[in-house]
Amino acid sequence: MRRSLRVNLARHVVLIAGAAFVVVPFLWMFTTALQTRAETYTNTSIFPTSWHWENFVKAWEAAPFGQYYLNSIVMAVGIVAGHLVLDALAAYAFARLSFPFKNAIFVVLLAALLIPTFVTIIPAYAIVADLGWIDTYWGLIVPRLADVFGIILLRQFFTSIPQEIEDAARIDGCSRIGIFFRVIVPLSTPAFATLAIFSFLFAWNDFLWPLLVTNTDEVRTIQIGLASFVGRYGTSWNYLMAGTLTATIPSIVVFLFFQRALVRGIATTGLKD
Amino acid sequence: MALTFSSSRRSSGPPRPRYDREQVLTAGLFLLPALVVLGVFVIYPIVAAGQISLTSWNGFDPVKEFIGFDNYVRLAQDPEFWNSLLVTCVYAVGVCLLSVATGLVVALLLDAPIRGRGIYRGIYFLPAVTSSVAAAIVWKYMLDPAGFVNGLLAQVGIAGPDWLQDRWLALGALTALTVWKNLGFNAVLYLTALQALPQGVFEAAQIDGAGWWQRLRHITLPLLAPMTFFVVVQALITSFQAFDLVYVLTGGGPQGGTEVLGMLMYREAFRLGDFGYGTAIAFVTLALVLGVTLVQWRASGAGKSSLR
Repeated sequence: MRRSLRVNLARHVVLIAGAAFVVVPFLWMFTTALQTRAETYTNTSIFPTSWHWENFVKAWEAAPFGQYYLNSIVMAVGIVAGHLVLDALAAYAFARLSFPFKNAIFVVLLAALLIPTFVTIIPAYAIVADLGWIDTYWGLIVPRLADVFGIILLRQFFTSIPQEIEDAARIDGCSRIGIFFRVIVPLSTPAFATLAIFSFLFAWNDFLWPLLVTNTDEVRTIQIGLASFVGRYGTSWNYLMAGTLTATIPSIVVFLFFQRALVRGIATTGLKD
Repeated sequence: MALTFSSSRRSSGPPRPRYDREQVLTAGLFLLPALVVLGVFVIYPIVAAGQISLTSWNGFDPVKEFIGFDNYVRLAQDPEFWNSLLVTCVYAVGVCLLSVATGLVVALLLDAPIRGRGIYRGIYFLPAVTSSVAAAIVWKYMLDPAGFVNGLLAQVGIAGPDWLQDRWLALGALTALTVWKNLGFNAVLYLTALQALPQGVFEAAQIDGAGWWQRLRHITLPLLAPMTFFVVVQALITSFQAFDLVYVLTGGGPQGGTEVLGMLMYREAFRLGDFGYGTAIAFVTLALVLGVTLVQWRASGAGKSSLR
């Protein structure tokens, strides 16, 4: 008994040390965001020593963070909605319907998942430029309306729904599309929640694609705005950290509320973004 | 990835040569939107990239001048490319080793009925949901000569170096940042694998007198081989695709010290306007990732995960 107590204590010591390493940058960001500029250069405390909440207001006045925020929300909502609808429809076809070249198409999609973004990004950029979508919401959203990860995730879930439920609905005279919307979709709420969270985090945190297809503040997302803020206000650490903190809050809030769904998603598919 | 390619349940039994018309039509209708998007913006670009890499296209000319394998020949002679390749390989090895080590240790510690497991898991996962830009900004300023890290070092009488101005220190910082960011993700993967292991083997081994270390060495680690393979491949892809973290933390500097292949491609294609050359870099990256994955697959014996 005493030995297991010691082992447990050792576990906690190592875990707490690791957790400190993980958390310190977040605490430092918070602390710095609340300091005066002079304090930021001499600070060695990770806990707040002064409370200048006005830094947040000043940061938001220094750059159009409101506009960036709005752009990020528009893009995230568009991408999440696209994933929920387009991925779900395709996933249902792969899970339940039989049609020619089904496995071949699925394998091609899986293979595409392994291709680094860099290979596809230049031609994709050229297509978006040809369509005149540079500096528009279209360019930010449309190319990412569907994704293979979501199709795999939902397909796994749909396959686990007993066929008998569908058969019963069919006998009751429900059409194929009716079955999808009235039987499959309501039964799959947890899977949809997981996908929505992943898609939101992906969209909110995405950097390279928005960097390429936006040139003006009217459509720039929060991450791009933040990166350019570093260049302009690099020496005002307090404002910089206030801006960084406000950009980070939505992902952290989503994560704290939906941690279970997120972890379940990784456990079932083993995939990130 | 436990993916199976079994078709739907109703098609069990002997293969049917004919498809149900209504099903095929519905499938077509359901697949169309997703396949159009993925086809135009993912699948087609893979093919198009192969073609662009054989041209001197600048991204705007309507004509893409075919120059054969000139871009690849130029790559082979480009010292910046070799530097970038070296940087990426050192970075990738560091990220792979540390990802496996840290992910495994945290998962092993959490794979027990201890108090506050959910809280630990939540904390360790926090960096993974934070954007790369935000994470890199915070690290950049913590590592500043006047920043938190050197401030702490000064308190114990050590004059800290200028971390991001030294080639290898900057690469080390980038590696640490990447591992920090993916730690929770790798730990959750390992934890999932640990919890799926058959408990009977461990009980049998314990009865036979196998100690903690022996069980870990001869049962747990071999059984986790497929997950280790997966974590390594993920870490590999992450490091060969790295861009966001590098862009913000160091911008590729100092003097190309952290210019990973992704940064080099970005600079050549989007800063210098050489799309053909940029795409060639992307293809070499792809070949490297696939090659290393294949070697790793063979070496780890991930295909056969049985106990021997």
